[in-house]
Amino acid sequence: MKAFKFSIREGIVYMILIVAAISFIYPFIWMIGAAFAPMHEIEKMTIWPLHPDWNNFRSMIEKIPIGRSLVNSLLVAAITTSLVMVTGSTVGYALAKMHFKGRKLIFYVIVFTMSLPFQITLIPNYITMVNLHLVDTFFALVIPFAVSAFAILMFRQAFQGLPQALIDAARMDGCNEWGIIFKILWPNIKPTLVTVAILTFIGSWNEVLWPLIVIRDEKLMTMPQLVTLFAVGGRADSQLGVKIAAAVLLALPVMIAFLFFQKHFIQSMASTGLKD
Amino acid sequence: MIIQQQKRKSLFAGKKLIPYLLVSPYLLYVVIFVLFPVIFCFFLTFHKWNIIAPMHFIGINNYTRLIHDRLFWKAIVNTLKFLLLHIPLQILLSLSLAELLNRKIRAISFFRGSFFLPVIVSGVVVTILWQQLLGYDAGLLNRLLEKCGIGKIGWLVNPDLAIYSIAIMATWKNIGLYIILFLVGLQTVPTQYYEAAKLEGASRWQQFYHITLPMINPTIFMVVILSTIGGFSLFIEPYIMTGGGPLNQTLSAVLYIYKQAFQYYNMGYSATLGFFYAMMIMTVVLLQKRLIEKEH
Repeated sequence: MKAFKFSIREGIVYMILIVAAISFIYPFIWMIGAAFAPMHEIEKMTIWPLHPDWNNFRSMIEKIPIGRSLVNSLLVAAITTSLVMVTGSTVGYALAKMHFKGRKLIFYVIVFTMSLPFQITLIPNYITMVNLHLVDTFFALVIPFAVSAFAILMFRQAFQGLPQALIDAARMDGCNEWGIIFKILWPNIKPTLVTVAILTFIGSWNEVLWPLIVIRDEKLMTMPQLVTLFAVGGRADSQLGVKIAAAVLLALPVMIAFLFFQKHFIQSMASTGLKD
Repeated sequence: MIIQQQKRKSLFAGKKLIPYLLVSPYLLYVVIFVLFPVIFCFFLTFHKWNIIAPMHFIGINNYTRLIHDRLFWKAIVNTLKFLLLHIPLQILLSLSLAELLNRKIRAISFFRGSFFLPVIVSGVVVTILWQQLLGYDAGLLNRLLEKCGIGKIGWLVNPDLAIYSIAIMATWKNIGLYIILFLVGLQTVPTQYYEAAKLEGASRWQQFYHITLPMINPTIFMVVILSTIGGFSLFIEPYIMTGGGPLNQTLSAVLYIYKQAFQYYNMGYSATLGFFYAMMIMTVVLLQKRLIEKEH
Protein backbone atom coordinates (compact mmCIF):
# COMPACT_ATOMS: atom_id res chain seq x y z
CA MET A 1 0.00 0.00 0.00
CA LYS A 2 2.73 2.37 1.04
CA ALA A 3 4.82 1.50 -1.98
CA PHE A 4 1.84 2.11 -4.23
CA LYS A 5 1.19 5.58 -2.82
CA PHE A 6 4.84 6.45 -3.23
CA SER A 7 4.86 5.50 -6.88
CA ILE A 8 1.79 7.64 -7.63
CA ARG A 9 3.52 10.67 -6.19
CA GLU A 10 6.62 9.79 -8.17
CA GLY A 11 4.52 9.39 -11.29
CA ILE A 12 3.09 12.86 -10.89
CA VAL A 13 6.55 14.34 -10.38
CA TYR A 14 7.81 12.71 -13.56
CA MET A 15 4.77 13.80 -15.50
CA ILE A 16 5.23 17.44 -14.52
CA LEU A 17 8.93 17.28 -15.29
CA ILE A 18 8.36 15.69 -18.68
CA VAL A 19 5.74 18.26 -19.66
CA ALA A 20 8.10 21.03 -18.55
CA ALA A 21 11.03 19.51 -20.44
CA ILE A 22 8.93 19.24 -23.61
CA SER A 23 7.95 22.90 -23.34
CA PHE A 24 11.64 23.78 -23.31
CA ILE A 25 12.87 21.40 -25.99
CA TYR A 26 9.95 21.29 -28.42
CA PRO A 27 10.34 24.89 -29.68
CA PHE A 28 13.98 24.22 -30.55
CA ILE A 29 13.18 20.99 -32.37
CA TRP A 30 10.36 22.73 -34.24
CA MET A 31 12.76 25.52 -35.15
CA ILE A 32 15.28 23.12 -36.66
CA GLY A 33 12.50 21.38 -38.58
CA ALA A 34 11.07 24.68 -39.81
CA ALA A 35 14.47 25.74 -41.13
CA PHE A 36 14.27 22.85 -43.59
CA ALA A 37 10.61 23.30 -44.44
CA PRO A 38 9.15 24.92 -47.55
CA MET A 39 7.10 28.06 -46.79
CA HIS A 40 3.66 26.47 -46.89
CA GLU A 41 4.71 23.75 -44.45
CA ILE A 42 6.11 26.07 -41.77
CA GLU A 43 2.68 27.45 -41.08
CA LYS A 44 1.42 23.99 -40.19
CA MET A 45 3.76 23.96 -37.17
CA THR A 46 4.37 20.24 -37.54
CA ILE A 47 7.46 18.98 -35.80
CA TRP A 48 9.23 17.79 -38.95
CA PRO A 49 8.59 18.90 -42.55
CA LEU A 50 7.20 16.38 -45.04
CA HIS A 51 9.44 17.63 -47.83
CA PRO A 52 12.62 18.94 -46.21
CA ASP A 53 15.10 20.85 -48.37
CA TRP A 54 18.02 23.28 -48.11
CA ASN A 55 16.27 26.16 -49.87
CA ASN A 56 15.98 28.37 -46.77
CA PHE A 57 19.69 28.06 -46.09
CA ARG A 58 20.52 28.61 -49.73
CA SER A 59 18.56 31.86 -50.01
CA MET A 60 19.96 33.02 -46.66
CA ILE A 61 23.52 32.57 -47.92
CA GLU A 62 22.58 34.54 -51.03
CA LYS A 63 21.12 37.41 -49.01
CA ILE A 64 23.53 37.90 -46.10
CA PRO A 65 27.22 37.06 -45.45
CA ILE A 66 26.29 34.57 -42.76
CA GLY A 67 29.41 32.43 -43.14
CA ARG A 68 31.60 35.43 -42.71
CA SER A 69 29.68 36.55 -39.64
CA LEU A 70 30.20 33.09 -38.14
CA VAL A 71 33.96 33.46 -38.58
CA ASN A 72 33.78 37.02 -37.16
CA SER A 73 31.87 35.87 -34.10
CA LEU A 74 34.26 32.96 -33.50
CA LEU A 75 37.29 35.24 -33.83
CA VAL A 76 35.89 37.95 -31.58
CA ALA A 77 34.79 35.47 -28.92
CA ALA A 78 38.10 33.57 -29.02
CA ILE A 79 40.29 36.68 -28.81
CA THR A 80 38.14 38.28 -26.11
CA THR A 81 38.23 35.08 -24.07
CA SER A 82 42.02 34.75 -24.33
CA LEU A 83 42.52 38.37 -23.29
CA VAL A 84 40.13 38.07 -20.36
CA MET A 85 41.93 34.92 -19.17
CA VAL A 86 45.33 36.64 -19.28
CA THR A 87 44.31 39.99 -17.78
CA GLY A 88 42.06 38.31 -15.21
CA SER A 89 44.95 36.08 -14.11
CA THR A 90 47.60 38.77 -13.76
CA VAL A 91 45.34 41.19 -11.90
CA GLY A 92 43.78 38.43 -9.82
CA TYR A 93 47.22 37.08 -8.92
CA ALA A 94 48.52 40.48 -7.82
CA LEU A 95 45.44 41.03 -5.68
CA ALA A 96 45.60 37.57 -4.14
CA LYS A 97 49.30 36.97 -3.58
CA MET A 98 51.19 40.26 -3.57
CA HIS A 99 51.42 43.10 -1.10
CA PHE A 100 51.44 46.63 -2.47
CA LYS A 101 49.98 50.00 -1.74
CA GLY A 102 46.48 50.45 -3.08
CA ARG A 103 45.67 46.76 -3.23
CA LYS A 104 42.55 47.11 -1.10
CA LEU A 105 41.44 50.21 -2.98
CA ILE A 106 41.71 48.43 -6.32
CA PHE A 107 39.72 45.53 -4.95
CA TYR A 108 36.90 47.81 -3.81
CA VAL A 109 36.94 49.66 -7.13
CA ILE A 110 36.52 46.33 -8.92
CA VAL A 111 33.60 45.33 -6.74
CA PHE A 112 32.01 48.75 -7.24
CA THR A 113 32.43 48.81 -11.02
CA MET A 114 30.76 45.42 -11.18
CA SER A 115 27.58 46.90 -9.78
CA LEU A 116 27.67 49.91 -12.10
CA PRO A 117 24.87 49.57 -14.68
CA PHE A 118 26.16 49.52 -18.26
CA GLN A 119 23.55 52.07 -19.34
CA ILE A 120 25.70 54.87 -17.94
CA THR A 121 28.83 54.00 -19.95
CA LEU A 122 27.10 52.94 -23.17
CA ILE A 123 26.93 56.29 -24.97
CA PRO A 124 30.33 57.62 -23.74
CA ASN A 125 32.04 54.36 -24.73
CA TYR A 126 30.57 54.65 -28.20
CA ILE A 127 31.95 58.19 -28.41
CA THR A 128 35.36 56.91 -27.27
CA MET A 129 35.25 54.40 -30.11
CA VAL A 130 34.41 57.20 -32.55
CA ASN A 131 37.27 59.36 -31.28
CA LEU A 132 39.78 56.52 -31.43
CA HIS A 133 38.58 55.75 -34.99
CA LEU A 134 37.70 52.23 -33.93
CA VAL A 135 34.13 52.19 -35.23
CA ASP A 136 33.83 49.46 -37.87
CA THR A 137 36.93 47.60 -36.70
CA PHE A 138 37.37 44.38 -34.76
CA PHE A 139 39.11 46.33 -32.01
CA ALA A 140 35.80 47.96 -31.09
CA LEU A 141 34.33 44.53 -30.44
CA VAL A 142 37.27 43.22 -28.42
CA ILE A 143 39.00 46.00 -26.48
CA PRO A 144 36.08 47.12 -24.27
CA PHE A 145 35.66 43.48 -23.20
CA ALA A 146 39.35 42.57 -22.79
CA VAL A 147 39.25 43.05 -19.02
CA SER A 148 36.49 41.61 -16.90
CA ALA A 149 35.91 42.49 -13.25
CA PHE A 150 34.12 39.20 -12.78
CA ALA A 151 37.05 37.19 -14.17
CA ILE A 152 39.48 39.08 -11.94
CA LEU A 153 37.47 38.24 -8.84
CA MET A 154 37.18 34.59 -9.92
CA PHE A 155 40.94 34.31 -10.43
CA ARG A 156 41.68 36.18 -7.21
CA GLN A 157 39.58 33.74 -5.26
CA ALA A 158 41.12 30.73 -6.97
CA PHE A 159 44.68 31.97 -6.36
CA GLN A 160 43.92 32.74 -2.72
CA GLY A 161 43.11 29.09 -2.23
CA LEU A 162 46.59 28.00 -3.39
CA PRO A 163 49.48 27.64 -0.88
CA GLN A 164 52.17 30.34 -0.82
CA ALA A 165 54.78 27.55 -0.76
CA LEU A 166 53.96 26.73 -4.39
CA ILE A 167 54.94 30.28 -5.39
CA ASP A 168 58.01 30.44 -3.13
CA ALA A 169 59.35 27.18 -4.53
CA ALA A 170 58.91 28.42 -8.09
CA ARG A 171 60.62 31.69 -7.25
CA MET A 172 63.58 29.78 -5.76
CA ASP A 173 63.88 27.98 -9.09
CA GLY A 174 64.22 31.38 -10.74
CA CYS A 175 60.75 31.52 -12.17
CA ASN A 176 59.42 35.03 -12.91
CA GLU A 177 55.88 36.14 -12.06
CA TRP A 178 54.65 35.47 -15.58
CA GLY A 179 55.91 31.89 -15.37
CA ILE A 180 54.49 31.46 -11.89
CA ILE A 181 51.02 32.50 -13.00
CA PHE A 182 50.77 30.60 -16.26
CA LYS A 183 53.05 27.59 -15.74
CA ILE A 184 52.83 26.87 -12.02
CA LEU A 185 49.44 28.18 -10.88
CA TRP A 186 47.23 27.70 -13.94
CA PRO A 187 47.39 23.89 -13.89
CA ASN A 188 46.10 24.06 -10.31
CA ILE A 189 42.96 26.07 -11.02
CA LYS A 190 41.48 24.22 -13.97
CA PRO A 191 37.82 24.54 -12.82
CA THR A 192 38.20 28.33 -12.65
CA LEU A 193 39.83 28.41 -16.08
CA VAL A 194 36.93 26.43 -17.54
CA THR A 195 34.33 28.62 -15.84
CA VAL A 196 35.87 31.92 -16.93
CA ALA A 197 36.45 30.62 -20.46
CA ILE A 198 32.90 29.35 -20.92
CA LEU A 199 31.25 32.44 -19.45
CA THR A 200 33.37 34.87 -21.42
CA PHE A 201 32.98 32.98 -24.66
CA ILE A 202 29.21 32.65 -24.34
CA GLY A 203 28.89 36.26 -23.21
CA SER A 204 30.90 37.48 -26.18
CA TRP A 205 29.12 35.18 -28.62
CA ASN A 206 25.68 36.33 -27.49
CA GLU A 207 26.47 40.05 -27.15
CA VAL A 208 24.35 42.03 -29.56
CA LEU A 209 23.68 45.58 -28.29
CA TRP A 210 27.34 46.70 -28.51
CA PRO A 211 27.96 45.31 -32.03
CA LEU A 212 24.74 47.00 -33.18
CA ILE A 213 26.26 50.28 -32.01
CA VAL A 214 29.86 50.09 -33.23
CA ILE A 215 29.65 47.98 -36.41
CA ARG A 216 27.87 49.20 -39.54
CA ASP A 217 29.87 47.34 -42.16
CA GLU A 218 28.09 44.09 -42.98
CA LYS A 219 31.39 42.29 -43.55
CA LEU A 220 32.47 42.90 -39.95
CA MET A 221 29.20 42.06 -38.26
CA THR A 222 28.94 39.36 -35.66
CA MET A 223 26.42 36.61 -36.16
CA PRO A 224 23.78 37.68 -33.60
CA GLN A 225 23.95 41.21 -34.97
CA LEU A 226 23.58 40.14 -38.58
CA VAL A 227 20.70 37.81 -37.74
CA THR A 228 19.01 40.55 -35.71
CA LEU A 229 19.26 43.11 -38.51
CA PHE A 230 18.12 40.49 -40.98
CA ALA A 231 15.12 39.66 -38.79
CA VAL A 232 14.01 43.26 -38.24
CA GLY A 233 15.25 44.79 -41.47
CA GLY A 234 12.52 43.48 -43.70
CA ARG A 235 14.82 41.50 -45.96
CA ALA A 236 13.56 38.24 -44.45
CA ASP A 237 9.97 39.29 -43.94
CA SER A 238 8.51 37.57 -46.93
CA GLN A 239 10.35 34.39 -46.07
CA LEU A 240 9.85 33.16 -42.56
CA GLY A 241 11.88 30.04 -43.21
CA VAL A 242 14.98 32.04 -44.06
CA LYS A 243 14.74 33.95 -40.79
CA ILE A 244 14.40 30.72 -38.85
CA ALA A 245 17.29 29.16 -40.72
CA ALA A 246 19.45 32.09 -39.61
CA ALA A 247 18.33 31.58 -36.01
CA VAL A 248 19.21 27.88 -36.26
CA LEU A 249 22.72 28.65 -37.52
CA LEU A 250 23.16 31.10 -34.66
CA ALA A 251 21.99 28.60 -32.05
CA LEU A 252 23.73 25.51 -33.38
CA PRO A 253 27.36 26.09 -32.27
CA VAL A 254 26.27 26.83 -28.70
CA MET A 255 23.84 23.94 -28.63
CA ILE A 256 26.49 21.49 -29.84
CA ALA A 257 29.01 22.75 -27.28
CA PHE A 258 26.34 22.46 -24.61
CA LEU A 259 25.58 18.88 -25.60
CA PHE A 260 29.20 17.89 -24.94
CA PHE A 261 30.02 20.05 -21.93
CA GLN A 262 26.64 20.34 -20.25
CA LYS A 263 27.98 19.85 -16.73
CA HIS A 264 30.67 22.52 -17.14
CA PHE A 265 28.22 24.97 -18.66
CA ILE A 266 25.72 24.61 -15.84
CA GLN A 267 28.33 24.81 -13.11
CA SER A 268 29.89 27.90 -14.67
CA MET A 269 26.64 29.74 -15.18
CA ALA A 270 25.50 28.93 -11.66
CA SER A 271 28.69 30.47 -10.26
CA THR A 272 27.78 33.87 -11.75
CA GLY A 273 24.93 33.96 -9.31
CA LEU A 274 26.79 32.44 -6.40
CA LYS A 275 29.86 34.62 -6.42
CA ASP A 276 28.39 37.65 -4.76
CA MET B 1 80.41 47.54 -3.77
CA ILE B 2 78.51 50.64 -4.85
CA ILE B 3 77.59 49.08 -8.12
CA GLN B 4 76.32 46.03 -6.32
CA GLN B 5 74.25 48.18 -4.01
CA GLN B 6 72.82 50.07 -6.94
CA LYS B 7 72.01 46.88 -8.69
CA ARG B 8 70.24 45.56 -5.64
CA LYS B 9 68.37 48.84 -5.32
CA SER B 10 67.18 48.83 -8.90
CA LEU B 11 66.22 45.19 -8.57
CA PHE B 12 64.28 46.11 -5.46
CA ALA B 13 62.61 48.99 -7.21
CA GLY B 14 61.76 46.68 -10.07
CA LYS B 15 60.27 44.17 -7.66
CA LYS B 16 58.13 46.90 -6.19
CA LEU B 17 56.84 47.80 -9.61
CA ILE B 18 55.83 44.27 -10.54
CA PRO B 19 52.43 44.25 -8.79
CA TYR B 20 51.51 47.53 -10.45
CA LEU B 21 52.58 46.12 -13.78
CA LEU B 22 50.36 43.11 -13.17
CA VAL B 23 47.30 45.20 -12.29
CA SER B 24 47.96 47.75 -15.04
CA PRO B 25 45.52 46.16 -17.52
CA TYR B 26 42.72 46.73 -15.05
CA LEU B 27 43.85 50.27 -14.23
CA LEU B 28 43.93 51.15 -17.92
CA TYR B 29 40.55 49.57 -18.45
CA VAL B 30 38.91 51.24 -15.47
CA VAL B 31 40.19 54.68 -16.49
CA ILE B 32 39.24 54.39 -20.17
CA PHE B 33 36.03 52.41 -20.00
CA VAL B 34 34.58 53.22 -16.58
CA LEU B 35 35.93 56.35 -14.93
CA PHE B 36 36.19 58.55 -18.00
CA PRO B 37 32.79 57.46 -19.40
CA VAL B 38 31.01 58.15 -16.12
CA ILE B 39 32.49 61.65 -15.90
CA PHE B 40 31.97 62.26 -19.61
CA CYS B 41 28.38 61.02 -19.34
CA PHE B 42 27.71 63.53 -16.58
CA PHE B 43 29.35 66.25 -18.69
CA LEU B 44 27.21 65.31 -21.69
CA THR B 45 24.00 65.68 -19.71
CA PHE B 46 24.48 69.46 -19.85
CA HIS B 47 25.03 69.54 -23.60
CA LYS B 48 23.23 69.20 -26.86
CA TRP B 49 25.25 67.23 -29.37
CA ASN B 50 24.63 65.24 -32.53
CA ILE B 51 28.27 64.03 -32.75
CA ILE B 52 28.97 65.93 -36.00
CA ALA B 53 28.24 69.57 -35.09
CA PRO B 54 30.03 71.18 -32.12
CA MET B 55 28.65 70.64 -28.63
CA HIS B 56 26.22 73.18 -27.20
CA PHE B 57 26.03 73.92 -23.50
CA ILE B 58 22.34 73.97 -22.59
CA GLY B 59 22.41 73.91 -18.80
CA ILE B 60 19.83 71.63 -17.24
CA ASN B 61 17.59 71.56 -20.31
CA ASN B 62 18.15 67.86 -20.80
CA TYR B 63 16.95 67.19 -17.27
CA THR B 64 13.79 69.29 -17.62
CA ARG B 65 13.16 67.58 -20.92
CA LEU B 66 13.53 64.19 -19.22
CA ILE B 67 11.02 65.12 -16.53
CA HIS B 68 8.44 66.04 -19.17
CA ASP B 69 9.27 63.21 -21.56
CA ARG B 70 6.12 61.08 -21.48
CA LEU B 71 7.70 58.44 -23.68
CA PHE B 72 10.61 57.92 -21.31
CA TRP B 73 8.30 57.50 -18.32
CA LYS B 74 6.19 55.14 -20.34
CA ALA B 75 9.31 53.11 -21.05
CA ILE B 76 10.08 53.02 -17.32
CA VAL B 77 6.52 51.97 -16.50
CA ASN B 78 6.73 49.28 -19.19
CA THR B 79 9.95 47.98 -17.66
CA LEU B 80 8.33 47.95 -14.20
CA LYS B 81 5.28 46.11 -15.57
CA PHE B 82 7.66 43.59 -17.08
CA LEU B 83 9.38 43.08 -13.71
CA LEU B 84 6.07 42.86 -11.87
CA LEU B 85 5.16 39.70 -13.76
CA HIS B 86 8.66 38.40 -14.47
CA ILE B 87 10.03 38.25 -10.91
CA PRO B 88 7.16 36.46 -9.11
CA LEU B 89 6.65 34.09 -12.04
CA GLN B 90 10.36 33.36 -12.19
CA ILE B 91 10.58 32.56 -8.49
CA LEU B 92 7.39 30.49 -8.41
CA LEU B 93 8.25 28.34 -11.41
CA SER B 94 11.96 27.91 -10.86
CA LEU B 95 11.52 27.09 -7.16
CA SER B 96 8.77 24.57 -7.94
CA LEU B 97 10.82 22.84 -10.62
CA ALA B 98 13.92 22.86 -8.39
CA GLU B 99 11.88 21.30 -5.58
CA LEU B 100 10.71 18.59 -8.00
CA LEU B 101 14.27 17.94 -9.12
CA ASN B 102 15.61 17.85 -5.56
CA ARG B 103 15.07 14.12 -5.09
CA LYS B 104 16.25 10.89 -6.62
CA ILE B 105 15.27 11.47 -10.21
CA ARG B 106 16.15 9.28 -13.14
CA ALA B 107 17.65 11.14 -16.09
CA ILE B 108 18.15 14.23 -13.94
CA SER B 109 20.83 15.54 -16.27
CA PHE B 110 18.36 15.32 -19.16
CA PHE B 111 15.83 17.44 -17.29
CA ARG B 112 18.42 19.92 -16.04
CA GLY B 113 19.89 20.15 -19.52
CA SER B 114 16.57 20.79 -21.22
CA PHE B 115 15.61 23.51 -18.74
CA PHE B 116 19.02 25.07 -19.19
CA LEU B 117 19.09 25.08 -23.00
CA PRO B 118 17.40 28.51 -23.45
CA VAL B 119 19.83 30.07 -20.94
CA ILE B 120 22.90 29.57 -23.10
CA VAL B 121 21.27 30.23 -26.46
CA SER B 122 21.35 33.82 -27.71
CA GLY B 123 18.38 36.03 -26.85
CA VAL B 124 18.14 36.71 -30.58
CA VAL B 125 17.33 33.05 -31.25
CA VAL B 126 14.83 32.85 -28.40
CA THR B 127 13.08 36.00 -29.57
CA ILE B 128 12.80 34.87 -33.19
CA LEU B 129 11.49 31.53 -31.95
CA TRP B 130 8.87 33.06 -29.66
CA GLN B 131 7.76 35.45 -32.34
CA GLN B 132 6.54 32.39 -34.20
CA LEU B 133 5.05 30.75 -31.11
CA LEU B 134 3.10 33.89 -30.21
CA GLY B 135 1.99 34.81 -33.73
CA TYR B 136 -1.68 35.79 -33.94
CA ASP B 137 -2.88 33.70 -36.86
CA ALA B 138 -0.26 31.04 -37.32
CA GLY B 139 1.34 30.93 -33.86
CA LEU B 140 1.59 27.58 -32.15
CA LEU B 141 0.06 28.84 -28.92
CA ASN B 142 -3.02 30.31 -30.58
CA ARG B 143 -3.52 27.12 -32.59
CA LEU B 144 -3.49 25.13 -29.38
CA LEU B 145 -5.87 27.57 -27.71
CA GLU B 146 -8.23 27.46 -30.67
CA LYS B 147 -8.29 23.67 -30.54
CA CYS B 148 -9.17 23.90 -26.84
CA GLY B 149 -12.00 26.23 -27.77
CA ILE B 150 -10.56 29.25 -25.97
CA GLY B 151 -9.90 31.30 -29.07
CA LYS B 152 -7.02 33.44 -30.25
CA ILE B 153 -5.13 35.77 -27.95
CA GLY B 154 -3.29 38.82 -29.26
CA TRP B 155 -0.06 38.02 -27.44
CA LEU B 156 2.01 40.61 -29.24
CA VAL B 157 -0.66 42.71 -30.98
CA ASN B 158 -2.78 43.54 -27.94
CA PRO B 159 -1.19 46.68 -26.42
CA ASP B 160 -2.23 45.73 -22.89
CA LEU B 161 -0.77 42.27 -23.18
CA ALA B 162 2.42 42.55 -25.23
CA ILE B 163 4.84 43.47 -22.44
CA TYR B 164 3.55 40.57 -20.32
CA SER B 165 4.05 38.19 -23.23
CA ILE B 166 7.66 39.35 -23.38
CA ALA B 167 7.92 38.82 -19.61
CA ILE B 168 6.73 35.24 -20.02
CA MET B 169 9.28 34.68 -22.76
CA ALA B 170 12.07 36.12 -20.58
CA THR B 171 11.03 33.82 -17.76
CA TRP B 172 11.19 30.85 -20.11
CA LYS B 173 14.64 31.91 -21.25
CA ASN B 174 16.23 32.38 -17.81
CA ILE B 175 14.43 29.81 -15.69
CA GLY B 176 17.11 27.13 -16.10
CA LEU B 177 19.70 29.28 -14.36
CA TYR B 178 17.43 29.99 -11.42
CA ILE B 179 16.45 26.32 -11.13
CA ILE B 180 20.14 25.51 -10.69
CA LEU B 181 20.60 28.30 -8.11
CA PHE B 182 17.57 27.05 -6.16
CA LEU B 183 18.81 23.45 -6.40
CA VAL B 184 22.11 24.51 -4.86
CA GLY B 185 20.17 26.36 -2.16
CA LEU B 186 17.86 23.42 -1.47
CA GLN B 187 20.79 21.07 -1.10
CA THR B 188 22.26 23.19 1.69
CA VAL B 189 19.23 22.48 3.90
CA PRO B 190 20.32 19.73 6.32
CA THR B 191 18.19 16.59 5.92
CA GLN B 192 18.00 16.18 9.70
CA TYR B 193 15.60 19.13 9.81
CA TYR B 194 13.14 17.32 7.59
CA GLU B 195 13.54 14.08 9.54
CA ALA B 196 12.84 15.88 12.82
CA ALA B 197 9.81 17.59 11.28
CA LYS B 198 8.54 14.28 9.95
CA LEU B 199 8.78 12.76 13.43
CA GLU B 200 6.67 15.61 14.73
CA GLY B 201 4.08 14.86 12.08
CA ALA B 202 4.60 17.90 9.86
CA SER B 203 3.05 17.62 6.40
CA ARG B 204 5.11 18.12 3.25
CA TRP B 205 3.66 21.58 2.76
CA GLN B 206 4.40 22.50 6.39
CA GLN B 207 7.95 21.28 5.96
CA PHE B 208 8.34 23.41 2.86
CA TYR B 209 6.86 26.48 4.51
CA HIS B 210 8.65 26.27 7.87
CA ILE B 211 12.00 24.73 6.91
CA THR B 212 12.74 25.08 3.22
CA LEU B 213 11.49 28.61 2.64
CA PRO B 214 13.41 30.30 5.51
CA MET B 215 16.55 28.33 4.65
CA ILE B 216 16.59 29.34 0.98
CA ASN B 217 15.69 32.97 1.64
CA PRO B 218 19.18 34.14 0.52
CA THR B 219 18.70 32.38 -2.81
CA ILE B 220 15.29 34.00 -3.30
CA PHE B 221 16.78 37.45 -2.71
CA MET B 222 19.63 36.71 -5.06
CA VAL B 223 17.15 35.68 -7.76
CA VAL B 224 15.16 38.88 -7.15
CA ILE B 225 18.27 41.04 -7.56
CA LEU B 226 19.62 39.16 -10.60
CA SER B 227 16.29 39.28 -12.41
CA THR B 228 15.80 42.94 -11.49
CA ILE B 229 19.13 43.86 -13.09
CA GLY B 230 18.34 41.61 -16.05
CA GLY B 231 14.88 43.13 -16.45
CA PHE B 232 16.20 46.69 -16.39
CA SER B 233 18.51 45.74 -19.29
CA LEU B 234 15.61 44.57 -21.48
CA PHE B 235 16.49 45.49 -25.06
CA ILE B 236 16.87 42.87 -27.76
CA GLU B 237 13.51 41.17 -27.14
CA PRO B 238 11.33 44.22 -27.88
CA TYR B 239 13.84 45.42 -30.51
CA ILE B 240 13.29 42.29 -32.60
CA MET B 241 9.74 41.33 -31.65
CA THR B 242 7.77 44.54 -31.62
CA GLY B 243 10.19 47.43 -32.17
CA GLY B 244 8.68 48.89 -29.02
CA GLY B 245 5.08 48.72 -30.26
CA PRO B 246 2.14 48.33 -30.25
CA LEU B 247 1.51 51.94 -29.15
CA ASN B 248 4.94 52.01 -27.47
CA GLN B 249 3.67 49.56 -24.88
CA THR B 250 6.77 47.36 -25.13
CA LEU B 251 9.25 50.22 -25.45
CA SER B 252 11.87 49.43 -22.82
CA ALA B 253 14.08 52.10 -21.27
CA VAL B 254 17.26 50.75 -22.90
CA LEU B 255 15.53 50.58 -26.27
CA TYR B 256 14.46 54.21 -25.85
CA ILE B 257 17.99 55.29 -24.88
CA TYR B 258 19.30 53.42 -27.93
CA LYS B 259 16.76 55.10 -30.21
CA GLN B 260 17.52 58.58 -28.87
CA ALA B 261 21.23 58.05 -29.55
CA PHE B 262 21.30 56.09 -32.79
CA GLN B 263 18.08 57.01 -34.55
CA TYR B 264 17.74 60.67 -33.59
CA TYR B 265 21.41 61.33 -32.73
CA ASN B 266 20.56 63.17 -29.52
CA MET B 267 23.79 62.16 -27.77
CA GLY B 268 23.45 64.64 -24.91
CA TYR B 269 19.86 63.73 -24.18
CA SER B 270 20.50 60.02 -24.54
CA ALA B 271 23.41 60.30 -22.09
CA THR B 272 21.08 62.10 -19.67
CA LEU B 273 18.58 59.26 -19.93
CA GLY B 274 21.34 56.69 -19.42
CA PHE B 275 22.75 58.57 -16.45
CA PHE B 276 19.38 58.94 -14.78
CA TYR B 277 18.38 55.36 -15.53
CA ALA B 278 21.63 53.94 -14.13
CA MET B 279 21.15 55.96 -10.94
CA MET B 280 17.63 54.60 -10.69
CA ILE B 281 18.76 51.01 -11.12
CA MET B 282 21.47 51.41 -8.49
CA THR B 283 18.95 52.90 -6.07
CA VAL B 284 16.46 50.08 -6.60
CA VAL B 285 19.11 47.37 -6.20
CA LEU B 286 20.55 49.11 -3.13
CA LEU B 287 17.07 49.33 -1.58
CA GLN B 288 16.54 45.64 -2.27
CA LYS B 289 19.85 44.81 -0.61
CA ARG B 290 18.98 46.99 2.40
CA LEU B 291 15.65 45.20 2.77
CA ILE B 292 17.44 41.87 2.67
CA GLU B 293 19.90 42.91 5.36
CA LYS B 294 17.01 44.08 7.52
CA GLU B 295 15.27 40.75 7.12
CA HIS B 296 18.27 38.82 8.38
